[in-house]
Amino acid sequence: MTRSLRALMGATALTAAGFAVAAQAETITIATVNNGDMIRMQGLTSHFTDMHPDIDVQWVTLEENVLRQNVTTDIATGGGQYDVITIGTYEAPIWGANDWLVSLDDLGDDYNIDDLLPAVRGGLTVDGHLYASPFYGESSMVMYRTDLMEAAGLEMPEAPTWDFIREAAAAMTDRDNEIYGICLRGKAGWGENMAFLTAMSNSFGARWFDMDWTPQFDQEAWANTLDFYLDLMTNYGPPGASNNGFNENLALFQTGHCGMWIDATVAASFVTNANDSEVADQVGFALAPDNGLGRRGNWLWAWNLAIPASSDAQEAAKTFIAWATSAAYTELVASEEGWANVPPGTRTSLYENQEYLDAAPFAEMTLRSMEAADPTNPSVDPVPYTGVQFVAIPEFAGLATEVGQLFSAALAGQMSAEDALSQAQELATEEMEAAGY
Amino acid sequence: MARAVTTQRKIVFTALAWIIGLAIFFPILWTILTSFKTEATAIADPPVFFNFDWTLENYRVVQERSDYMRYLWNSVALAVGSTLLGIIIAVPAAWSMAFVPAKRTKDILMWMLSTKMLPAVGVLYPIRLILINMGLLDSKTALIFILMMINLPIIIWMLYTYFREIPGEILEAARMDGATLKDEILYVLTPMAIPGIASTVLLNIILAWNEAFWTLTLTTVNAAPLTAFIASYSSPEGLFYAKLSAASTMAIAPILILGWFSQKQLVRGLTFGAVK
Repeated sequence: MTRSLRALMGATALTAAGFAVAAQAETITIATVNNGDMIRMQGLTSHFTDMHPDIDVQWVTLEENVLRQNVTTDIATGGGQYDVITIGTYEAPIWGANDWLVSLDDLGDDYNIDDLLPAVRGGLTVDGHLYASPFYGESSMVMYRTDLMEAAGLEMPEAPTWDFIREAAAAMTDRDNEIYGICLRGKAGWGENMAFLTAMSNSFGARWFDMDWTPQFDQEAWANTLDFYLDLMTNYGPPGASNNGFNENLALFQTGHCGMWIDATVAASFVTNANDSEVADQVGFALAPDNGLGRRGNWLWAWNLAIPASSDAQEAAKTFIAWATSAAYTELVASEEGWANVPPGTRTSLYENQEYLDAAPFAEMTLRSMEAADPTNPSVDPVPYTGVQFVAIPEFAGLATEVGQLFSAALAGQMSAEDALSQAQELATEEMEAAGY
Repeated sequence: MARAVTTQRKIVFTALAWIIGLAIFFPILWTILTSFKTEATAIADPPVFFNFDWTLENYRVVQERSDYMRYLWNSVALAVGSTLLGIIIAVPAAWSMAFVPAKRTKDILMWMLSTKMLPAVGVLYPIRLILINMGLLDSKTALIFILMMINLPIIIWMLYTYFREIPGEILEAARMDGATLKDEILYVLTPMAIPGIASTVLLNIILAWNEAFWTLTLTTVNAAPLTAFIASYSSPEGLFYAKLSAASTMAIAPILILGWFSQKQLVRGLTFGAVK
């Protein structure tokens, strides 16, 4: 009887303790995008909650533009709906400077902040404070069909020039068999065609603004950029290219319709995946092209985790970010799903890991591409802004989308390059004056 | 001869109706077909219609990744809740406009309709701030109210149109027999307008089910309906069309089935008046 009573009391105490832990558990809501690496992180959440039973994790996965709109609205109105948000390299410095984000300088010793790639870390730092922790990073590079290049009697250099790209595109194009020498972004949007064209313009010596914030679309360097792009795409690009973004070009490349594709380094893992790509065994990589002016046409981007200032679970959110963006998380992914699936482009140590280098044939080119981008000094001439394929000012997203529509219309043949540039200059001048620059 | 022409005409019009019907239905059919393909087959060029290895893999992945039933329940609660609340408010409103019109009734009707012309984003911040102050962000109660307000002009307009076709004399006769206002609306008007009310309910359930601006911007987890479920499968970097199609098929299936079973009622309500 006494034993039974003791057992009952013990069980009651344990249950009560269990309830107490459950009652104390703090819930963090994480907003993220539907990219492969993010979904993988979602799947590994139980590893985090096992280590931290006092923290519950709720996921909100949204389409990139919806997420951006929701998170911006939530932060601006102090809604406090999210405790961890996924933001890009464009938002991080602007929101950090606005005090919309919590500084992440104290993520613990295990975090090893000095291991972050300098270019990525620099883009997320404002006045010496880190405002977002990189989850995965990317640059852009040339992905090309080795078989078509060989058939054309050409050899892709490791660091090609734009002239070589044109020559190779001409040699590989076979319209009768629906093979197009070059596939590039044409869909309008600041993160679509303007990401590519802004990065490309750097290698032509163009820039968005001079040191006095005067728009530069009326300069020769922009005319050279746009003329070259339109000539390349009109003669050797796929039909309807003004509607093509990342996914459309990925589909074209994977189904064997593109000779070359210059886009995000993250695409390398898709085009070499034999389950999805018909040309998986015939893909080579090269650095983004240059024009001999000391700048390449590649960008730098990272998806990062940050904490909005309106969050009421900031400590728990920091614990999560420290876990998800640590080197230990990379090892967890490697042990669960293989080294080829770890989030790339954030830590130097990953590129010193032979197991990763063996599993990801594109790793070295990704690192070189990322190192080649300098967000603080993106073009040939000095600029007053940071950002390689964007200008880190709040006005940029709206302005670049409008300019992107003009350039997309030029690609569709609805206006000349000259008209598109003069209208872009007019738009940018008006916008910058209105914004008080 | 005349009979032959009629038959010929019938065949032509029937064929034309089928072609138009299929063209309208094609995107849905394509989405359903894609949901049974692998990601590689989903982007195959030329496109594959039926001759592919059918797979349920995408449905398995979607089921594993998302709590579909929670999204479904939220959609049902929002669509049915907002429509019923709207009907409760709209029936007396439409009654007064149809049977006791004032000098400015037409203007009021036009003004109500004009609220539909305002871009929703124009009032996003005020509504959000109100909800934050009331602690109602990500709550079904707030969304039911907002969706009801959005669809209320349409509900009132539809009911007003049906009520206008009911002869006022019938209501007068009821009044002569001693019916109160409540009796008149509940026991005389409503039964006569059932087809109209039913089609209004169905149409508004569909509108509320498909609403994607407010349901995406004012929810996170607790009140997120199927629109948020679909949005979570759209990806800017990566081809997940087959999984997105599976998610879309699961999201539209309930409303498609409802529409299928109630199509007679829906068409009848939309094409006939109350007493014809």
